[in-house]
Amino acid sequence: MDQQVSNQGAEPNRTAVERKSDKELVVTRTFDAPPHLVFRAWSEPELFRRWWMPKSVTGVSILSCEMDVRTGGKYRLEFGSPGGSMAFYGKYLDVVPDERIVWTNDEDEEGAVTTVTFADQGGKTLLTFHELYPSAEALEEALQGSAAGLPEQLDQLDQLLAGVGA
Amino acid sequence: MVQYCSASLDSSFAALSDATRRGVIEQLGRSDASITALADKFHMTLTGMKKHVSVLERAGLVTTEKVGRVRTCRLGQGGLEAEAEWIEAHRKLFEARFEALDALINEMKQEEGDGPASK
Repeated sequence: MDQQVSNQGAEPNRTAVERKSDKELVVTRTFDAPPHLVFRAWSEPELFRRWWMPKSVTGVSILSCEMDVRTGGKYRLEFGSPGGSMAFYGKYLDVVPDERIVWTNDEDEEGAVTTVTFADQGGKTLLTFHELYPSAEALEEALQGSAAGLPEQLDQLDQLLAGVGA
Repeated sequence: MVQYCSASLDSSFAALSDATRRGVIEQLGRSDASITALADKFHMTLTGMKKHVSVLERAGLVTTEKVGRVRTCRLGQGGLEAEAEWIEAHRKLFEARFEALDALINEMKQEEGDGPASK
């Protein structure tokens, strides 16, 4: 896995996805900012809604975003797309400011428990997004969702980014 | 929600849930091998290895061909490609999110006047 911390930015920060087991999916990425900033972007609704579903990419806009990010708190996100709207909701099982957020995904019976950790790496943040699904089938369905919803728009993004030259 | 046919992915995830079978896939990624060679490699009886191979075969991850008395195994075409595509789509979703998050964080850094000491 790519965990190097490069100061000169020769390597762009890489998003890595790994299937740790048949029920676990892990996404890692390093950010050029200390954990408390990255944590804020994940825990304040007005900040979170600005990046979680980039509309240009997903074709989905966030209609509402309520988050009470503390242990025992709840969240509810509503998305709108030309096909209709959908809601995602759940509760925070464990929140340690600047370190960790753990939440449930209750809109689906087979929803994952998601753990995001923010590890300080000399002023940068190694972010680990870990999803634990109740079954292999549930993980598979979630992956299908990504594959079904995104390819076209993402191809456009690829082209766009290639044009920019990163 | 749209329902997709998922039987083949079910079986490939199940097939890959076992460490030996993942090892076999890795091994066959390097070169084709007979069941006997695989059994040797993984310190396993011929019967045990045959069972693993048949699970992989049913999932479409491996194909086998018997020539004379030797059954040769090679990587199949179907299963892994679909899985790899899905993982890649998932990665791209997060890549897009994190690009947007990068931009936001840069803004926050400037607002907080909290950039790294080097700047």
